[in-house]
Amino acid sequence: MDGLAIPLNHVLIVATLLFITGLAGLMFRRNVIFILMALEVMLNSAGLAFVAAGTAWQQADGQVIFMLILAVAAAEVSVGLGLVLQIQRRFRTLDMDRATRLNS
Amino acid sequence: MLNYVWLIPLLPFISSVLLILTAGRLPRKLIAVFGAGSVGLAALLVFAIGLQFMQTQTPYSVQLWTWMDIGDFTPGFSFYIDQLSIVMMSIITGVGFLIHLYSTEFMQHDSDYSRYFAYMNMFVAAMLILVMADNLLLLYLGWEGVGVCSYLLVGFWYKDAANGAASRKAFIVTRIGDTAMALGLFLLFTELRTLQIQPMLEAANNTWAIGDIMPAIAALLLLGGALGKSAQLPLHTWLPDAMAGPTPVSALIHAATMVTAGVYLIARTHGLFLLAPDVLMLVAIIGLATLLIAAFAALNQTDIKRILAYSTISQIGYMFLALGVGAWSASIFHLMTHAFFKALLFLAAGAVIHCLHHQHNIFKMGGLRGKLPIVFWSFLIGSAALAALPFTSGFFSKDQILLSAFEMHGPATSFASNIGLNFNLGPWLWAGGLLGALLTAIYSFRLVFIVFFGESHTEPDKQPGWRMATPLALLCVMSLIGGWFALPLANVFPPSAEHHVSYLIEGISIAIPLIGVLLAWLIYYKKINSFSFFTDSSNGQALRRFWKSGWAIDRLYNSVLVSPYIAIANAMRGEWLDKIYHGVVSICVGSHQLLSNSQSGKIRWYLISMVFGLIVLVSILGWAN
Amino acid sequence: MIMLTLILVLLIGGAVSWWSERFGSNTPRLCALAIVVADLIYLLVATSSLSTEPFAIGASAPTWLLSYQLDWIPRFGISLHLAMDGLSLILITLTLVLGAIAIISSWNEKNQRQGFFQANILWTLAGVVGVFLAVDLFLFFLFWEVMLVPMYLLIAIWGHEGRAYASMKFFIFTQLSGLLMLVAILLLAKLHHSATGVYSFSYFELLNLDIDSNTAYWLMLGFFIAFVVKLPSFPFHTWLPDAHTQAPTAGSVILAGILLKTGAYGLIRFTVPLFPNAALEFAPIAMTLGVAGIIYGAVMAFSQSDFKRLVAYSSVSHMGFVLLGVFAWNALALQGAVMQMVAHGFSTAALFMIAGALQQRLHTRDMNKMGGLWHHMPRMGAVALFFALASLGLPGLGNFVAEFLVLVGLFAVSPWTTAVAALGLITAAIYSLIMMQKAFYGQPSSEFEVDDFAILDMAAMGVMIIALIGLGLYPQPVFDLVQPVIDALLAATMGGAL
Repeated sequence: MDGLAIPLNHVLIVATLLFITGLAGLMFRRNVIFILMALEVMLNSAGLAFVAAGTAWQQADGQVIFMLILAVAAAEVSVGLGLVLQIQRRFRTLDMDRATRLNS
Repeated sequence: MLNYVWLIPLLPFISSVLLILTAGRLPRKLIAVFGAGSVGLAALLVFAIGLQFMQTQTPYSVQLWTWMDIGDFTPGFSFYIDQLSIVMMSIITGVGFLIHLYSTEFMQHDSDYSRYFAYMNMFVAAMLILVMADNLLLLYLGWEGVGVCSYLLVGFWYKDAANGAASRKAFIVTRIGDTAMALGLFLLFTELRTLQIQPMLEAANNTWAIGDIMPAIAALLLLGGALGKSAQLPLHTWLPDAMAGPTPVSALIHAATMVTAGVYLIARTHGLFLLAPDVLMLVAIIGLATLLIAAFAALNQTDIKRILAYSTISQIGYMFLALGVGAWSASIFHLMTHAFFKALLFLAAGAVIHCLHHQHNIFKMGGLRGKLPIVFWSFLIGSAALAALPFTSGFFSKDQILLSAFEMHGPATSFASNIGLNFNLGPWLWAGGLLGALLTAIYSFRLVFIVFFGESHTEPDKQPGWRMATPLALLCVMSLIGGWFALPLANVFPPSAEHHVSYLIEGISIAIPLIGVLLAWLIYYKKINSFSFFTDSSNGQALRRFWKSGWAIDRLYNSVLVSPYIAIANAMRGEWLDKIYHGVVSICVGSHQLLSNSQSGKIRWYLISMVFGLIVLVSILGWAN
Repeated sequence: MIMLTLILVLLIGGAVSWWSERFGSNTPRLCALAIVVADLIYLLVATSSLSTEPFAIGASAPTWLLSYQLDWIPRFGISLHLAMDGLSLILITLTLVLGAIAIISSWNEKNQRQGFFQANILWTLAGVVGVFLAVDLFLFFLFWEVMLVPMYLLIAIWGHEGRAYASMKFFIFTQLSGLLMLVAILLLAKLHHSATGVYSFSYFELLNLDIDSNTAYWLMLGFFIAFVVKLPSFPFHTWLPDAHTQAPTAGSVILAGILLKTGAYGLIRFTVPLFPNAALEFAPIAMTLGVAGIIYGAVMAFSQSDFKRLVAYSSVSHMGFVLLGVFAWNALALQGAVMQMVAHGFSTAALFMIAGALQQRLHTRDMNKMGGLWHHMPRMGAVALFFALASLGLPGLGNFVAEFLVLVGLFAVSPWTTAVAALGLITAAIYSLIMMQKAFYGQPSSEFEVDDFAILDMAAMGVMIIALIGLGLYPQPVFDLVQPVIDALLAATMGGAL
C-alpha cells in the first residue's frame, strides 16, 4: 500500500483533538448520557490512533486492537446504560453532581 | 529460758491472729482471756527470762531465720537481748498486761470487743519486735507495725469521721519521720554494709571520726524517725489528736510504750550519735524546746486527755534532753517511771471518763474526791510522780536528768563554735528543764484540784470494778517505788560521771516542783489568782488561746503543707497530661476532615483531579528527561 | 515441650470454654478455672521435677532451666524458641495464679456471652505466658500482640459505661508503642545481617551484636517506649486509669496484676541487656521518669473519687519503683523490682476485686457515695484494710520488701533520687488511708443493705493475703530463683550499666 494521502502526524493530531474533546465532555458535562457519549468519543479517538498507526507500520495489529476497542466500547455502553437506569431510578436525576453517595 | 525468747512476741501475735480470724464470734470471756492472757503470759516469760539474764549479764542473740539474703544484704529475723531490751520488754509486757486487764472492763460494752483486743495484741507484738530486733530493718518492721496499730486504735471508733482524721494524721505525720529514718537506713547500709545494730555501731566507730559529716547525716535521719514517733518538735502535732482513741489505748500506746520508741532508738544507736556531737546537741535543744512548748500548751487545755497528751510530749522532751546531754540511763530511767505514772494517769482519767458518761471537759467535772476514791488516790499519786515531788518515782528520774543537764560541759562541737556558741549550754538546759518542772507541777495539780476538788458538776453513775481497780493500784505502787530500782544498764551505755553538783542546785531542783504545787493550790483551789489582771486581759486571752491551740502549729502546717497538697491534687485531678494526647488526637481528626473534604463523591471532581494529576506527573517526567 | 504445652493448653482451653457455653452459662467459667488450675499444677509439677542442672544457651550464662526450639521461618532466622529461667518461672506462676483468681472474680458478675469472655481471658493469659517465654524477638512480638487483642475485646465488650473510649485508648497506646518495638526488632535483625550475612531474631545471637552507640541509643528507645507504655510510666500512663476503670473486674485484675509486668519484664530481659551502654547513658532520664511516676501517681490517686481510678493511679506510683529498680541496675534494686512485680500483682489485683465487688453491690464506684461500709461488710473491710496497708508498704508484707530493696539499691547509685522517691512512701500512706476512710469508715448509711464477701471470695483473698505475708516475711525462695538470672545479667552487662 503506497501513497497514504494523509500523513500520520495529522491523523494523530485529529485523534488527540478528539480525545481532548471527549475528556472535556467527561469533565464538564453533568448529564450521565453525555458523559457516556464523551467516553465513546475518547475510545474512538484511541481507536483512530491505533488504525492510523497500524496503517503507518503496515501491520494488522492496529486494526485488531480497534476491533477489541469496539467490543469493549459495546460492553461498556451496556454496563453504562444499565448504570444510567439505576441512577435514574435511585436519584431521580441524571445529574452526576447530585449523585454523591461516595462521600460517605 | 533464753531460748524461748521468740515466744514473747509470738504469744500476743498468735492471739491477735486468732481474734482476727474468729472475727468476734468467740464469747466475750474467751476474748478477754486471749487478749489479756497472752500479754500476761508474755510478761511472765519476760520476768523469767529477765531473772535468768541477770545472772549471766551477757547479751544474747538468736536468729530465727534469714529474712533476706542478697549479696551482703543479709538482715535476719533475729533478736538481740541485752539489759536495755529487757527493761523495755518488761515495761511493754508489764504495763501492757495491766492495761489489757483494765481494758477488759473498760471496753466491756463495746460491740467490737474482739477487734479491739486483736489490735492491742498486735501492737504489743510489734512493739516487742521493735525493742528486741537485732537489726535496724527488723526494728523498722516493729516501728511501722506499732504505727499501724496506733492508726487502727486511734480510729477504732470508725463511725466518727473526726476519729478517722485523727488517726490518719497520726499515721502520716509519723510516716514523715519514718521516711527520714528509712533514708538513714539506706545511708547506713550503703556506707557500712550492714544493718545489724551492734556490728554497725562498731563499723561506724571504725570508719568515721567524731564530727564527720556522714555520721551526722545518718544520725539526723534516724533522729527524724525518732521525732515523729516520739512526738517531738516539729512532728509532735499528731499526739494530742490521737487522744480520739479509747483511753486505754492512749495509756498503752500514746504514753507508756510507742511514743518512747524514739528514745529507745537513739539510746540503742547511741554509738552513732556519739560520733555526731552536733546532732546530739540538737537532740538536747529539741527536747528542751518541746518540753517547754508542750508544758505551756498543757497548762491551757480543758480536755482531760489532751492535758495528759501534752504532758506526755513534755515528758518525752525530758528524755530527749537527757539523751542529748549523754545521760543515756537517766533517759531510759525516766522512760520507765514515766511509763508507770503516765499509764496510771491515763487509766485514772479513763476511769473518770468511764464513770462520767464520756465527759472529757475538766470544768464539767469537780468534787470527785469522795465519790471515786480509788481514782482520786491514783490520780493524786500519778500527778505527784509526774510533778516529781520528792520520793516518788518521777522525782528520781527527773532529778538525774536535770543534774546531768547542769553538768554538761559544752558545747564542744566544732559546728557550735563555728556559729559562735561558745558558752556553756549546760546551765541553760538545766534552767529550762526547771521551768518545765515548775509548769509540770502547776498543770498536773491544776488537773487534780479542778477535777477532784471544788463543786461537783457531773455525778458518776458507776464505780470502777476490780479489773479496773487492780491495775490502778499496782501502777500506784510502781509510781511510788519505781524510782528506787537502779536499772542495770551499766553494760549497755558508756559510764557516766558521778554528779558533783552543789547542794544549792540540788535543793533548787527539789524545791521547784513543790513551789509549782503550791501555786496550783493557790490558783485553782483557793482561787487566789494574782495573774488575773494579765490572764483576763485581751492580750492574755489571746496568748492563752495561742497556747491552747498548741502554739498554732497545727494551723501553720495546715496552711503551709496540707492545704497546698490538697489544692495541687485537686487541680491535677482531671489528668492534664491527657490534654497533650487529646491534642494529638485533634490534629489527626483535623487533618482527617481536611482530606475527607476532597472526597466529595462527585465523579467529575475525581476526574478533574485525576487529569490534573496526570498532567503534573507527565510534565514532571518530561521535565526530568 | 513443657513450655509449648503451657501455652497451647491456654490457647486451646480458651476455645474449649467458648464451646462449652452450649452446656449452660456456668460451664465456661468452671471450664476456664479448671484449665488454668490444671496449667498451674502442670507448671509446678513439671518444673519441680526437672532433672537437669541449669544450662547455657548460646553465649549466655548457665541460668536456663528449659529450652525448646523449632524452626519456623529459617530463611529469616526466625524460630519458635522458648526458654525459661528463674525470672520467667516466677512471673508465669504469678500469671497463672492471678489468672485463676481473675476467673473467680468474674464469678458473681452477670456477664453476657460467658463463653467468649472466658476464652478472651485464657487467650490473654496465653499471650502473657508466651511473652515471658519467648526468646526469639519475632515470636516475642507475636505474643506481645496476642495478649493485646483479647484484652482489648474484654474492655470493649464487657466494660463499663465509657468502654469504647477506654478500650480504643488502650489499644492505640499499646499498639503504637508496639510498632516502635517492631521497627527496632527488624532493624536489629538487619544489623545482624549486615554483620554476619544472615538474618537472626534470636535473643542470644543479638545479645552479642556490636552496634554503634548512636544506633543503639535509638533502638534502645524503641524498646524502652514500648515497655514503659505497658508498665506504665509517667508520662505514658494516661491509658491506664481509663482502661482499668472501664474494664470488667477480671479484666482489671489481669491488666494490673499481669499485663503491666510484661513491660517490666521486657525492660529487664531486653532493653538493658541488648543495649547496656545506651541504657546506662539513658538511666538518669529513666530514673527521673520513675520518680515522677511515683509522686505523680500518688498525688493523682489521692485526688480521685472513683475507687478504681484511685487504685489505677496507685499502680502508676508502684510501677515507678520498678522502673527505678531496673535502671539502678544492681542486685538489690533488681531483686526489689522483681519483688515489686510479684507483690504489686497480688495487692492491686485484690484491690480491683474489692472495687469490683463494691460496684456490683452498690452500683457505683464513687467513694463520696460510700462510707461506713465496715459496719455492713466487716470481712471486706478487713481485707481492704490489709491490702491498703500492703500498698502503702507496711513492713512484713511483700510490697515493703520490694520498695525497700529498690530504694536501698538505688541509694548507692543516686542518693538524691532516692530521697525524692522516698517521698512516695508518705504519699502512698495518704492515698491508701483516704481510700479506707472514704469507703469503709465513717457513719454507716442504711441505704446499703449488702452482703459481705462469700466463701469463694474470701478463699481468693486468703490466697493473696498469705502470698503477700509469705513474700514479706520469707522472700528468700523468690530471691534464690531470680538471683542467678540477675547475676548473669549484671555480669553480662558489666562495663555497661554500673
